Amino acid sequence: MSVLQKTDRRVEIEQLLDNGQWAAAHVRLGDLWHGERKAATAGYILARYEQLRDRLSLTKCRISFLRSTVVEPLMPFLQTAALVSGIDPIIQVGPFNGYAQEILDPCSSLYSFSPEIVILAIQTRDLVPDIWEAYADLSPREVNRSVSRLREMFSQLISTLREHSDACMVIHTLEKPVASQGVFDLQGTEGQLATIDHLNLELKQICRQYRGVFVLDYDALIAQHGRTRWHDEAKWLTMRMPFATDSFMPLVSEWMKFIHPLAGVTCKVLAVDLDNTLWGGVLSEDGQDSIQIGLEYPGAHYRSLQRAILDLYQRGILLAVCSKNNPDEAMATLQNHPGMLLRPKHFAAFRINWQDKAQNLREIASELNVGTDAIAFLDDSPIERERVRLEMPEVKVIPVSGRAQDFAKALRDCPFFERVTLSMEDRKLTTLYHEQHQRSDLARSSGSLEEFLRSLDQEVAITPVTPETLRRVAQLTQKTNQYNVTTRRYTEQQIEDVTKWQDWNVYAVQVKDRFGDNGIVGAIIVRLDADICEIDTFLLSCRVIGRTIETAMLGFLTETSRAAGAALLQGWFFPTKKNSPVRDLYSTHRFKPVANAHGGTLWSLNLAEADISCPEWIRLHVTNGFCRAEQARA
Amino acid sequence: MSQMASVAQNRHALSRVLATAADVFQVPESGLEGASSPDTIESWDSLHHLSFVVALEQEFGIQFSPEEIEQLLSIELTAMLLDEKLKQRRSTDGD
Repeated sequence: MSVLQKTDRRVEIEQLLDNGQWAAAHVRLGDLWHGERKAATAGYILARYEQLRDRLSLTKCRISFLRSTVVEPLMPFLQTAALVSGIDPIIQVGPFNGYAQEILDPCSSLYSFSPEIVILAIQTRDLVPDIWEAYADLSPREVNRSVSRLREMFSQLISTLREHSDACMVIHTLEKPVASQGVFDLQGTEGQLATIDHLNLELKQICRQYRGVFVLDYDALIAQHGRTRWHDEAKWLTMRMPFATDSFMPLVSEWMKFIHPLAGVTCKVLAVDLDNTLWGGVLSEDGQDSIQIGLEYPGAHYRSLQRAILDLYQRGILLAVCSKNNPDEAMATLQNHPGMLLRPKHFAAFRINWQDKAQNLREIASELNVGTDAIAFLDDSPIERERVRLEMPEVKVIPVSGRAQDFAKALRDCPFFERVTLSMEDRKLTTLYHEQHQRSDLARSSGSLEEFLRSLDQEVAITPVTPETLRRVAQLTQKTNQYNVTTRRYTEQQIEDVTKWQDWNVYAVQVKDRFGDNGIVGAIIVRLDADICEIDTFLLSCRVIGRTIETAMLGFLTETSRAAGAALLQGWFFPTKKNSPVRDLYSTHRFKPVANAHGGTLWSLNLAEADISCPEWIRLHVTNGFCRAEQARA
Repeated sequence: MSQMASVAQNRHALSRVLATAADVFQVPESGLEGASSPDTIESWDSLHHLSFVVALEQEFGIQFSPEEIEQLLSIELTAMLLDEKLKQRRSTDGD
């Protein structure tokens, strides 16, 4: 049966490819992969992506593996998992057991590859063979010596990599062996397993000292999968590949949980269905008293799904309801049902009606100001899922079986919701959207635009970036697609480097209004070059577009660049598929086009002739102006 | 029923090995034959050989010993070894 199904799926894919239906072929290749995650299937799918990869807008990501084992057979699995999720990985596998040389030698192939992500996957038995293999022979002093040698090695490797590269690093924790002294090992403080716990704690502490260095809990992953099943000792001894075939996917999926947020391929919104998803039963047929949700079986399955959704909410994922129901009845149930964990306040948008769900998802995207590719969709109905997948292939439809007890796990496993860092803005995102609702209500009730802008009572603070705001500014460069003139993406590490360069300045823009604090919603990066001040980055979060904040920002730039002795304020605009909202920024502020290159236009403002002033309805706070090289040195 | 299924499986060992090899080495199945080996298939290098081993283990639900892995020197030899292993499994399954 499975052979037949497999052939059918492949026939369909071949037809889609022949007909040039690239997006649909992409969807079906994803289905094929979710159905059978095997080496042969990976080979088949990868061959098809040779034809597809340039026809889809996949996010490229350069990944380098530093390893002490053979990992090559896992790579087709990783490439396939990435491609079907919209990431086109360019993978380099470093020389076998050459991880230290690769990091320490500034001319190594690692650095010439210029990876965005470096994964350090070294086994305990290669890092500290004495502790792994011969712990029983070691004196406490010898153990300490090994521990401190490893600590120093990690510190040195991480700091050296940081010096030569701004790649993010993902480091495997140390795996635990079977204790050589049996149960006795745990009866003291200095056992073999306790020593490895201690090493892992130290490793985490070292990683925390650096930006962009993250820990992958390899030992926990093995434990979760089953320690006795993880390895294939025969393959390790003969081919230096320690992983059992069944361990490939758990490890690859764990890597993907880091790759997604680091490559910026994530979902910002989870849209959920109600009937048989958030609760058991059909509300309009069964009534509020008969639906299943609460602490007892079967309602407990739905409650654990609600818990998983609430965890995503706390991680800054916006929630939306997309359900075919009677709106009043559904809202009343969300509000009042005693078994529910999720309440209306947790949701940023509601589409409860009898319309087509694809249409509802489009409306949710536009209401929340995100692209439809930032939406994930959870629905128990295979028909609704299929409809959305074919109509909107960019939406991430959570693959679930028909069983409610599996929904929470499917959600927790979904790499599109992973984050490696969280800013304050992320944590209170839904509150920000609720305030946004109040603002739109005000906009509708105010007569003129100017009246509306006055009534907002806006305050804009423009401040040089600080260690506290660095993360948010980097995040804005990575996530802002619409109001972004150059769409240059920076990591935290890169922003930090830029602040140290002479003549470069990085600013965070914070906006408050009568409804609340929007937090840091804008960023500016400028470079002074003789008498030209060039705008490298100028962006605003879509939350505050259309409120003349850009004029306040440009006003700030004209004033400070003039004060710093500049004669011209210049900036490039590079059009993308998404940044049309900022297309006219420079022309409406009377900049003149002076050059075209690389598909973009350079706009220039003569500071002696023209001026831009901050709108009178915005109170502008400026902490300080530019930092010129001479001043920096002084 | 299970015996019938395994007889069918056995008969198909060669064609399943061919299909698996075509996927792993990313060549059309028509370009493969029993005699195909690392000498005739360009992408059949030592690392792809490992992927081939993994793919066969998944496809047939078996595990190769290190000695067996060294015997997978051509499509035909691989299919013969698999026939043998599947026969063994049937007799130990006792049906």
